[in-house]
Amino acid sequence: MSQSIHGERTAAEASDARVPGTQRPHMATLLLESLKRLSPRAMARNPVMAVVAVGTLVCALYTGLAVHEGATFGFALSVTLVLLATVLFANAAEALAESRGKAQAGSLRATRSQLSARRLERDGSEVTVSADTLRRGDRVRVIADEMIPADGEIVKGAGSINESAVTGESAPVLREAGTDNSGVSAGTRLLSDELIIEVSVDPGESLLDRMIALVEGASRQKTPSELALSVLITTLTLVFLIVVVTLSPMAAFVGITTSPVMLVALLVCLIPTTIGGLLPAIGIAGMSRAMRANLVAKSGKAVEIAGSIDTLLLDKTGTITLGDRRATEFASCERVSVERLREVACRCSLEDPTPEGRSIVTLARDQGFDQRLDQTGASFIPFSAATRLSGVDLPDGTRLRKGAPNAIAEFVKDQGGSVPAGWSALVSRIAARGATPLAVADGGRLLGVIALSDVIKSGMAERFAQLREMGVKTVMITGDNPVTAAAIAAEAGVDDYVAEATPERKLAIIREEQATGRLVAMMGDGTNDAPALAQADLGLAMNSGTQAAREAGNMVDLDSDPGKLLQAVEIGKQLLITRGALTTFSLANDVAKYFAILPAIFVASMPSLGALNVLKLHSPESAVLAAVIFNALIIPALIPFALRGVRFKADSATGLLRRNLLVYGLGGLLLPFPAIKLLDVLLAGLL
Amino acid sequence: MNEVILCYALVLGLAFPLGIYMARALDDERESRIDRLFRPIEAVIYRLAGVNETRVMRWPAYALAVVVLHLLLIALAWGVFMAQGVLPLNPDGIAGMSWDTALHTAVSFATNTNQQHYSGQAQLSYLSQTFAIVTLQFITPATGLAVLLAIARVLLKKRAAPVAEATGQSVGVGNYYRDLVRTLVRILLPLAMVVALLLTWQGMPSTWQGAQTVAPLDQSVATTQQIPLGPVASMVAIKQLGTNGGGWYGPNSTVPLENPTPLSNLIETVSLLLIPVALLVAMAVFTGRRRLMAGIGGVMLAFSLISTSVLIASERLPNAAFEGLAAVGSANLEGKELRFGPEMSALWASWTTQTSNGSVNAMHDSLNPMGGMVTLMDMFINVTFGGIGVGLIGYLLYLMLAAFIGSLMIGRAPELMGRALETREMRRISLAILAQPLVILGLTALTVAVPGLVGTSNPTFHGLSQVLYEYTSAFANNGSGFEGLGDGTPWWNLTCVVALLIGRFVPMLVPLAVAAWLAGKRMAPAGRGTLAMDSGAFVGLTAGVIVIINLLGFLPVLVLGPIAEQLTLGY
Repeated sequence: MSQSIHGERTAAEASDARVPGTQRPHMATLLLESLKRLSPRAMARNPVMAVVAVGTLVCALYTGLAVHEGATFGFALSVTLVLLATVLFANAAEALAESRGKAQAGSLRATRSQLSARRLERDGSEVTVSADTLRRGDRVRVIADEMIPADGEIVKGAGSINESAVTGESAPVLREAGTDNSGVSAGTRLLSDELIIEVSVDPGESLLDRMIALVEGASRQKTPSELALSVLITTLTLVFLIVVVTLSPMAAFVGITTSPVMLVALLVCLIPTTIGGLLPAIGIAGMSRAMRANLVAKSGKAVEIAGSIDTLLLDKTGTITLGDRRATEFASCERVSVERLREVACRCSLEDPTPEGRSIVTLARDQGFDQRLDQTGASFIPFSAATRLSGVDLPDGTRLRKGAPNAIAEFVKDQGGSVPAGWSALVSRIAARGATPLAVADGGRLLGVIALSDVIKSGMAERFAQLREMGVKTVMITGDNPVTAAAIAAEAGVDDYVAEATPERKLAIIREEQATGRLVAMMGDGTNDAPALAQADLGLAMNSGTQAAREAGNMVDLDSDPGKLLQAVEIGKQLLITRGALTTFSLANDVAKYFAILPAIFVASMPSLGALNVLKLHSPESAVLAAVIFNALIIPALIPFALRGVRFKADSATGLLRRNLLVYGLGGLLLPFPAIKLLDVLLAGLL
Repeated sequence: MNEVILCYALVLGLAFPLGIYMARALDDERESRIDRLFRPIEAVIYRLAGVNETRVMRWPAYALAVVVLHLLLIALAWGVFMAQGVLPLNPDGIAGMSWDTALHTAVSFATNTNQQHYSGQAQLSYLSQTFAIVTLQFITPATGLAVLLAIARVLLKKRAAPVAEATGQSVGVGNYYRDLVRTLVRILLPLAMVVALLLTWQGMPSTWQGAQTVAPLDQSVATTQQIPLGPVASMVAIKQLGTNGGGWYGPNSTVPLENPTPLSNLIETVSLLLIPVALLVAMAVFTGRRRLMAGIGGVMLAFSLISTSVLIASERLPNAAFEGLAAVGSANLEGKELRFGPEMSALWASWTTQTSNGSVNAMHDSLNPMGGMVTLMDMFINVTFGGIGVGLIGYLLYLMLAAFIGSLMIGRAPELMGRALETREMRRISLAILAQPLVILGLTALTVAVPGLVGTSNPTFHGLSQVLYEYTSAFANNGSGFEGLGDGTPWWNLTCVVALLIGRFVPMLVPLAVAAWLAGKRMAPAGRGTLAMDSGAFVGLTAGVIVIINLLGFLPVLVLGPIAEQLTLGY
């Protein structure tokens, strides 16, 4: 794909560009971006790096003075350059995160920029206008093979749409006015039919625009916990500023002359440059990760809140179960063989196009039913809501039927048969385990029941066990009756369930959970879900949903996959852990840096303090350089961490804390010792 | 060594019954027999003071009541100290203090610090000692405990007082006057009475008579000697119990009159640590968070044992200045009261700096450099049990920081006990954290940089340590000193006043405000997914935060002070 020599990019290529790693910004672009961010206005956004920048200037000044006075300036110059590199590395981290995020969003935007639209005027006439002039409330007509010009809702018509430009999924989806699947996104292609769409956003407010705003460094709004963390690292920076500024007069009092360049080096090593430099990149990368999962957050806050979710409300269908029922058992009546039941069930279902019908044949074959059934001349009776049964009339006049137990019982009586004893016990036995009983009859004779069950998606039980481990409560929401719901809930391993749920009930549950202090997440698509989506702390709307739902939620899933809630929680947690881990790492690093720099600063005037040089570093200059070089290099070394996020493993809070403290706390304490020693050995060779 | 172990055992043993009593006495939600006993006395006090003890205050009103009362007391004490020469109860005819020393003394005692830039028996009348000084010695620890109660009530209590609606607004935290009076009447006064009687029994002066003129045994220098007396025992009792530290006599509890026997030394030593440790038990009962308090107590005890061990080890080493002299002993006996020896002196030094008490039974200035450094570290940390009330409040500040980082590390938005720690809270917490290095390092650097200000009795490293110790002691509201410092000057008095006030009220009132804000917020129920504050990992994280913050902030100055001194002494 990278060999595409033509200027045009297909939608497929555009979506491929969003796969991580396939598009790397050029090194030169990156350097240019990093240099651009040296402007005072950009630096002012990040107090920690601003202090480093000022420190760089101070060192540069002393280098200049040394050159002017003809003194040795190699050390001062080296420190200046390393400090400059520190700032540039931090800028590069932000630029890199931003460019990757923008590449994802930008490729989406590109597909849309030259779109035109047929706007319907009030008098019914059509005007062709550019898509970016469309405003909320405008109506446009789209016909087959055209691109949808703006985000909106279908007000008339139905059609299949290729959403691959937005979701990366090429299978077309059906969207229809007046249903819960009436939402459309700009940049997707209508494959069939004709639609009238009401535009739902003004220019610059579409989902794509929001996505782009979340990853653009300069205009990006910091999230609440990012702001609070900024306060903390700014405070630490001030603390170290006080420590270093007061050090000079105190040293003078005891007869030690301190070198300003070394003091600046000490300051830069102490202030939390690692987290300070990577904080913007972590935030941007968190948004990008959400975007890569096709989750569009309306604000950074939504992504962050996902990490703190205590309760997940999950729709049964599509999230926990595959969505359609499958035959799982043949239960025959007394004095009827299972083989006979299987055969009749198969004959009824051979021409049944529904997933249930096909699953009956599949189950029979799986159980070893291999008889070839000749049905020439038979006529298939399809299912209808009125009769609630389906079946086949064989040429010999045999009437085979399957259907709802009540309807089949009626049918049997009509045929002159009777309902055998034990029938209702059989039916309720099936229903009690959460399956739907489907009765089978051969003319006037009841043969037995097929159990149709919801099939739980594979891996769901493990997923819920993980969530429980993480302390997240899962609640299954279903329209099923309580018996069925209980059986499925038990099998899937959710913590709680709500049967016969209505949108009002969902809203009530969210309120109840919130009243106990929990943060609740839910997913929805219908207009009647909108109040619950708005009430939930994380309301994840399906992109296929109605405009009302999409507006009420604070996150939109482009794939309209109900399982995404789990992913949203993980992305949120990963974002927060990455921040916490790098903050801890950054602070823990300081201990080693003290041991490198403090003796170096004092030893010239006070040789007895050389005893503190526990690392046995070569010389004061090499020690200080080794520390600042380590301090600078750790930023690019951790960029992958910042962009990918730290590895997240589902575990209890205490387990996570213990593990992360060991890795980032203890690791951060110990790692710099050998690293600084190694750099010192290398420098000693050079000097 | 046995005595040291005995002291720890006595404190821990007494802390449990006392703590349980304190929790019962202070809990205003449950009626008890204690109420029936004390309520009539308290009613009289409320009526005399003209305060409404039933009004529930939000945090600003509570903080304002604290500040206003203290300002009043400072003004009053300042006046008494300056005018004591013409006031009654002055049998020895002591003159009034200079304005700056009087101000410093008033502020120092009103901040539970008891830093003394004067010599008690020579410069204060009985009126000043018993009414101005002792009043403040009772009110200040009671205030620390009152604010802790307010915080515990809204934030720490397991079944927190019902917050009608989580509106994000601050909630009522209690009534300062009520908390203050109940603490005074039910805890400090009875306890001080018991200890004062014990000390009097051991021979400590308890009299209104003026100084006694006696004929010394060795009459070669003078034929008569004035022995200053007074109601000493009652002051020493609350001095030790109330993390105050300001003694009747200039040399504090090294003087036989202020510490007559080995038993009185034991009583005074145990009194140093008793209430701060008992408070942990009291809070465990009061809040219902036993495991949390056990974790906090564990960290504090570990810090305390480390500090005491290093101090004892340091003082067992000989004094480097005596090297080569015939008098060189096995331990550092300079500045020690030989009756107590190096170990009980080191134990006292360790406990008095941990609890922000500041009384001494040996001269800290004469500690070996490593021992001196430990006393400084104790005061930087200042939450190793800490001052009454403020020790736990200060620990809470570190707990908030640890909870902030810990929440992030488990992937949740920062929260403390289920309540969101947001930018507003972090700003205030940061203020409290920033205040310490700003005041201590800033004033130390300023004082050593401007010629003629320091007044140190030592050059270089130890001189720097003296200056550092004075401001650290002021900010930590400790009150002990590396004496020998000429600190009776307006510069020292006024800069110490700044350090005293900031060091007292910022770390005390910031957690109150934050607790009240947090209490008004939604509270997520604790579960597997939330930060378990009683888990070993979190306890370790909090200890780590305390060590790292203090080490990173003060290691450079410690290198220039005690560490350099140690290394140049060459052992």
